[in-house]
Amino acid sequence: MTTLHGIDYAVMLLYFGFVLGIGVMLRRYVRTSEDFFLSGRSIPAWVTGLAFISANLGAQEVIGMGASGAKYGIATSHFYWIGAIPAMVFVGLFMMPFYYGSRARSVPEYLKLRFDEKTRGLNAIAFAVMTVFSSGISLYAMGKLLNLLLGWSFDLSILVAAGIVLAYIFLGGLTSAIYNEVLQFFLIVFGFAPLVFLGLRDVGGWAGLADRLAGVATANGYAPGAYTQSWRFMGSAAANPVGVEWFGLVMGLGFVLSFGYWCTDFLVVQRAMAANSMTAARRTPLIAAVPKMLFPFLVIVPGMLALVVSPTSGVRQTGPVVTASPTPTSPTSSTSPTSLTSAPAPGLVPPKRDARTGEPQRDARGRVVLDYDLATPMMLVHFFPAGLLGLGLTALLASFMSGMAGNVTAFNTVWTYDLYQSYVRPGAPDAHYLAMGRFATVFGVAISVAAAYVAASFNNIMDFLQLVFAFVNAPLFATFALGMFWKRATGHGAFAGLLAGTLAAAIHHGLSLPAGAAVGVKGGYLGIATTYPSELAQTFWTAIAAWLTCFGVTIALSLATRPRPPEELRGLVYGLTAKPTDDVRRWYERPAALALLVLAGAVALNLIFF
Amino acid sequence: MGLDLRIPLGTLFALIGVLLAIYGGATLGGPGMAPTGVPIDLVWGLVLVAFGVAMLGLARRARRTAKPDAEHGPRVP
Repeated sequence: MTTLHGIDYAVMLLYFGFVLGIGVMLRRYVRTSEDFFLSGRSIPAWVTGLAFISANLGAQEVIGMGASGAKYGIATSHFYWIGAIPAMVFVGLFMMPFYYGSRARSVPEYLKLRFDEKTRGLNAIAFAVMTVFSSGISLYAMGKLLNLLLGWSFDLSILVAAGIVLAYIFLGGLTSAIYNEVLQFFLIVFGFAPLVFLGLRDVGGWAGLADRLAGVATANGYAPGAYTQSWRFMGSAAANPVGVEWFGLVMGLGFVLSFGYWCTDFLVVQRAMAANSMTAARRTPLIAAVPKMLFPFLVIVPGMLALVVSPTSGVRQTGPVVTASPTPTSPTSSTSPTSLTSAPAPGLVPPKRDARTGEPQRDARGRVVLDYDLATPMMLVHFFPAGLLGLGLTALLASFMSGMAGNVTAFNTVWTYDLYQSYVRPGAPDAHYLAMGRFATVFGVAISVAAAYVAASFNNIMDFLQLVFAFVNAPLFATFALGMFWKRATGHGAFAGLLAGTLAAAIHHGLSLPAGAAVGVKGGYLGIATTYPSELAQTFWTAIAAWLTCFGVTIALSLATRPRPPEELRGLVYGLTAKPTDDVRRWYERPAALALLVLAGAVALNLIFF
Repeated sequence: MGLDLRIPLGTLFALIGVLLAIYGGATLGGPGMAPTGVPIDLVWGLVLVAFGVAMLGLARRARRTAKPDAEHGPRVP
């Protein structure tokens, strides 16, 4: 546990003051429900672009990618360079004309326009439930981390963070959330960049990091470059730490999961819908893709460094020094990473401890299980002196808050437009929906806080919820792809496809199990038909099963049911919609040119770290 | 929207930068305040100040160019 100095608190208070101040300043611009939920469609592309990426920069991104960096190495970058980037290019170039051009106010509303009411209802309910629980999980993770790291009260941490997010969204609606997300984006960049610099300097640059990780790799039975080369060992699932081969990776992560998230999740799409023109909306994900492709250096590399930085490296001579706690039986030695199998805490990553006994947990082979989620936070408290530590922790808090704000703004819009206006009180004056939006913000934050306590009460609730999200999200991209690019797809087909895809995901998950896991929330509850080398491999193949089933069932049922006449689908389906024209002056501002530059960058990064 | 985001953005980072730079400068010789030999608070504080000032400069320039346009009627997006 570490203690903060006055300068650290000053940085945090300054940030909180600005966050709330932005909400107060924007309040006077919110006059209609469209101002509150869609920012009056008036935000420039660079702002919506940075908000697009920042809404996704929650705990899962900053803490989770650091954890994955420590666990899987640079292969984690696949989430970006074959996952997010191609999907962001696709949504910007091909899907945004339908989202923005149809004037739908939400993703579920697009489903209503394209298919029917029941498909919209199914998606809206699933999405609303998932967003508040996601928000709650983010709050829980933040409270737990601050308690562990700084000894702050769990209750007070989540109540203060939730109160601040509530205040600025309540006052300024989506615009306030978007503006603060941009603030949070820069905080995360400026808060984590020095961490990478100091960490790399400590281990002797990238070459030093690769050298030390080679030892970790060989200790775990992989080739020396397995943690620092992203593609070379993807020929076989057994040859890389991710435990998946290239096809499962490209199809499961690169196609189904990434396209499913970036192209259909209203949480991020809402930011583009707030843009001030069609071209700005199309450029939003493309602008976001530029910093996104560089984020592995900011969030993954700290995790990789945490695995090999010496806990005793002379960072600070006085003040709080936080080191990973070794077990009594085996001292830590970061200079001999080959001791990973026996040493409990290589580098800065501490062992995961049993909640009851406090003893380090061990896996089936007797190896100490590391608490990878603490990789990035441990790096922060290890390397940053007072002052910069305040900035780093503020960046961490900002990431939790931006993730929560993204969920809450998406929830209040879907609740008000897709559920309340559609099923509870249609035809009310606009002022009524604006008031309902503010009430839904309070309600959404309150449920998030409740969900945080539910997550704190049950050991497996977070795993379980993540599982449900995967089941619901994976088939969605098939529904949207067919809806936007095949005019023959029908509402009955889409609805049945979504249900069948979710069911297929549950069946596949129930019949499979990651190696070393116990039957239960990790799978195998319907019998064990197959075993995967890792949880990620199981997730990728579950997603593939869900997507293929949804795709097949939607096509089959659409062919058996009557399609809507083409004139009803204008502006909603490719081939029946006029191609958008670009209202920009310079060639590099055109979405197509920007997309090419972004894709070229992603290819180059894949090759550099091949 | 009527609020130029670059103004609060630039102000926040300039202020954080000033705080860090002053603190870093004041504790420069102090033990432990220069991790791995780098006066990181001072250096990073100055970087943040530069970023904040650049943002405020961009906002100011945008306001100046917007004013003459406003005199000739609203700009077509």
